[in-house]
Amino acid sequence: MTTDLDLLVSESTQALDAAADLRALDQVRVHYLGKSGLYTERLKGLGKLPAEQRKTAGAQINRAKQAFQQTLETRKAQLEAQELARQLASERIDVTLPGRALSDGGLHPVTRTMERIEAFFASAGFEVAEGPEIEDDFHNFEALNIPSHHPARAMHDTFYFDERLLLRTHTSPVQIRYMQDAEPPMKVIAPGRVYRCDSDLTHTPMFHQVEGFLVDREVSFADLKGILNAFLHRFFERDDLAVRFRPSYFPFTEPSAEVDIECVMCAGDGCRVCGRTGWLEVLGCGMIHPEVFGHVGIDSETYLGYAFGMGVERLAMLRYGVDDLRLFFDNDLRFLKQFA
Amino acid sequence: MRFSEAWLREWVDPDISTEALAEQLSMAGLEVDAVEPAAPPFSGVVIGEVLECERHPDADKLSLCRVDIGADMASQIVCGASNVRAGLRVPVATLGAVLPGDFRIKRAKLRGVESHGMICSASELGLAESTEGILELPAEAPVGRDLRDYLALDDQCIDVDLTPDRADCLGLAGVAREVGVLNQVSVTEPTIESVKPQIDDELPVTLDAPAACPRYLCRIVRGIDPVAPTPGWVVEKLRRSGVRAISPVVDVTNYVMLELGQPMHGFDLARLSGGIKVRMAQAGESLELLDGSKQTLRDDTLVIADHDKALAMAGIMGGADSGVTSATRDVLLESAFFAPLAIAGKARSYGLHTDSSHRFERGVDPELQHRAMQRATALLLQIVGGQPGPVTEVSSTADLPRREPIMLRRTRVARVLGVDIDDATIVDILKRLGMQLVDTNGGWQVSVPSARFDLAIEVDLIEEIGRIYGYAKIPSALSSAPVSVTLRPEAEFSLAKAKRLLTHRGYLEAITYSFIAPELAAVLAPGEQPITLANPISADMSVMRASIWPGLVQTLQYNLARQQSRVRVFESGLTFARVDGEIKQRPKLAGLVYGETSAEQWSQATRQADFYDLKADLESLLGQVADLREFRFEAAEHPALHPGQSARVLRGKEPLGWIGLVHPAQQKTLDLPSGVYLFEIDLAPLRMGKVPQFASLSKFPAIRRDFALLVDRDLPYQRVLDTIEKVAPQIVKDIGLFDVYTGDNIDSSRKSLALSLILQGSSNTLTESDVEQASGVVLKALADDLGGKLRD
Repeated sequence: MTTDLDLLVSESTQALDAAADLRALDQVRVHYLGKSGLYTERLKGLGKLPAEQRKTAGAQINRAKQAFQQTLETRKAQLEAQELARQLASERIDVTLPGRALSDGGLHPVTRTMERIEAFFASAGFEVAEGPEIEDDFHNFEALNIPSHHPARAMHDTFYFDERLLLRTHTSPVQIRYMQDAEPPMKVIAPGRVYRCDSDLTHTPMFHQVEGFLVDREVSFADLKGILNAFLHRFFERDDLAVRFRPSYFPFTEPSAEVDIECVMCAGDGCRVCGRTGWLEVLGCGMIHPEVFGHVGIDSETYLGYAFGMGVERLAMLRYGVDDLRLFFDNDLRFLKQFA
Repeated sequence: MRFSEAWLREWVDPDISTEALAEQLSMAGLEVDAVEPAAPPFSGVVIGEVLECERHPDADKLSLCRVDIGADMASQIVCGASNVRAGLRVPVATLGAVLPGDFRIKRAKLRGVESHGMICSASELGLAESTEGILELPAEAPVGRDLRDYLALDDQCIDVDLTPDRADCLGLAGVAREVGVLNQVSVTEPTIESVKPQIDDELPVTLDAPAACPRYLCRIVRGIDPVAPTPGWVVEKLRRSGVRAISPVVDVTNYVMLELGQPMHGFDLARLSGGIKVRMAQAGESLELLDGSKQTLRDDTLVIADHDKALAMAGIMGGADSGVTSATRDVLLESAFFAPLAIAGKARSYGLHTDSSHRFERGVDPELQHRAMQRATALLLQIVGGQPGPVTEVSSTADLPRREPIMLRRTRVARVLGVDIDDATIVDILKRLGMQLVDTNGGWQVSVPSARFDLAIEVDLIEEIGRIYGYAKIPSALSSAPVSVTLRPEAEFSLAKAKRLLTHRGYLEAITYSFIAPELAAVLAPGEQPITLANPISADMSVMRASIWPGLVQTLQYNLARQQSRVRVFESGLTFARVDGEIKQRPKLAGLVYGETSAEQWSQATRQADFYDLKADLESLLGQVADLREFRFEAAEHPALHPGQSARVLRGKEPLGWIGLVHPAQQKTLDLPSGVYLFEIDLAPLRMGKVPQFASLSKFPAIRRDFALLVDRDLPYQRVLDTIEKVAPQIVKDIGLFDVYTGDNIDSSRKSLALSLILQGSSNTLTESDVEQASGVVLKALADDLGGKLRD
């Protein structure tokens, strides 16, 4: 008997070791522990033994079975671990292969710049207004205090359709249209395309401006300086950027100023971009001329206003280091993708 | 306005460097464009006198000169200039001299003869662009003196880019006044004394157009020396102002213009008949100008005429016939005030722009003419002698600009500038600017100088105060609170969001010109009346776009030519069309797709993008605006699109735009590859969408029923959808299409649509009979309306 059991134990343990996978292991389990498995049979056979032997023999068999069961569990865990490792190994991928993406689209750098400008002024409570690009003489010139004989007209290189109609040379006519329709207070920016009959290395016949203006009872040149200083510092993300307001002349503002920033290319040392002056002109601005208020029926004794205008391409060039204005309108995909 | 710093410092001499002066001018609104040396560096050049001049023994064109350069012995110098002659004083580059371009003068042998130096031309010294012969110096030039020293060449030319309002600074006097104010130093004006007449000769003057010419002065000077040269100091001052010396009379008038700002003119008295008439031109009257151009005048043009003919275009340019020549012995000098409005734009309308017209159209001081005349007479007599007559002056006082005093309120200064400036400073600034002040209650009554055309109203004075006080000293305030706190309507269309959506779908944004070639417009947007520019940059940028497609197609062409095989671009902006004679400017959004659906990839095969790829992009965009069911795509023909692959897009009944494949004919005309898809939509109808409204979620399971429906091959799917939606009961929640099949096993005139219905009850679980009934209704309608039947 004892020898028999020993044989079973050693045989069954060997079978466990021999089982190569979980399925074989399960067969081994059934063969030894199943309903008619060898350990089961052995236990069933206890009844045939004399009563005094039964207890000892039963205990022996049970011990052997438990030991076998334990070994089985261990082996099972071992095989499961092997199986998982195999599966994981077979599922390995090259994580360095590129992702299955569409491809990169992107906004034009002019739009990108314009959105940034709009975001700044929106945060300061300005709303966005738009206007027509084919304008009439009144809105583009007359109402802005630029009568037909004015020397400033020569500086505008205007595209004409006929005596009256033209392509707007600046976004300022939006100011006129808005002021004609609304009541102060008003706080508005007007981004958009503008046109000048000029085309060379540094001029394209179409470009973008953002016009801004504020009309209220108490607003001064100091407020104008405040908003533009803040804008330029935020736009270039440099609070120490030197900004200067230089007296200038626009027929539609008085006092008027041009705004220069310290050259962002050479930090003010003087380079090709700033014409070795260390300064870059980026904005025109001033207090709205009483004559302009007169044209739109706003009382210039009660109300004051400031207005400013900036060239978007110029700001985009400085911000992104673009060195050729014409690239903006070539629409070369290799150029556009750089801003995606 | 360009001038020499040394000349300016004769008038006003603040103790600051050239650099500081330039910075100061810029920051006062007189923007300095350039500061350039009056002469390039050179050394060792002295004044010499040619003592003897003989022909070189071995060279016809060379002269052998003995030149006194103030040394113990005269130098022997070989010279190639034709104007070299004995007695002439000339610049001599001595041995060891270094000329511009680092050109060193050494002892040399020319055709066997030793030369100890070089006699220089103006261009060799960098004093002129090109010259003929050597520079002739005045007879009184001191022999042996260093030329740089003699001509004061260690000077700077300052170029100021004046804004159109600052005509008062178009003369050195005006700039000097500014510098005086800025530095609070006094300005020394040259003394201008009245030159007494020596003869009685006068020419009668009549002002026929007194509004255009309210003041005219002229003066005869007889018997001038026709060969006297303009002195070097005048030539140099002119040169440093960018004006070339021509002849004494012209040089003197230019000198006075640069110095005082008064343009003048000199006539050859012998060419005039009768007297001077300042009148409007007769239409068609012709006049040959000093620049040689022949002008046919309009009757809006002011001329200076004698009793027979027009002599000059007033304030713009003199006539060739009456101009001063080397034979002129008797001169008539003119110093006039022409009203800015009479001159403004006129020069430009004749294609002219002169120093004179530039000044008159911006405004010349109407009080300046007499002083200028005296200054010019004195200078002229000094150079060419002659006998002056009396000054003839005719004025129409009523037509002269009247300057009313301006009321300036102390409080307004602070209100506009946002800074309190004390009275003393305000008064000092204005007085130094030449204004007269009378104290009033609350401010001042200010009379402005006659030269300041730019000062007419209170705020003009406030600008002057701010400008001189210094914009930099005005504080920077960030106090202005938002005028109103707003939030855009939630359902409002956002172009920015639409653009972002397209970029996420692989599109790059393009910005193309709003004007295009008429040919391109005709191919891609035919039928539109082009809106044409009167003065385009070029023919291929001459009509306004009625559609964005031409620009996108050009972008495609540009990139195909640069090895790009996959192009996805969009653009938004205004388009321009004439509708019933009126110009409509509509914002549109357009896209172009060409090439593979995605960039070449390792894991999936690429394929060419087609109509449905583009449609998906457009649907995705429209779906952001409103429920996609508000939009429809109808098969329709567009002249630029393939008739079988184009659709009109509508929102409800309102046309929105087009989508489709470029028509093969257009494709060929434009030399495009096949497979270029376009869409364009009007943005105005998209302006408003809907704010989402919640519908409660059903707790009961949904059931799906699939059908294979056979319909006519040409039947648009939209009809199927419309039919189902018309009859489907509430419980039909969704309709899907998961296959379209034509081919084997079905009639060639039919197609099979694999449809799915998703059904769900809101208050109970659907029973089999609910589902059967709903499906039955749908299938019956499809059979009745469209002849659709279930596939066996």
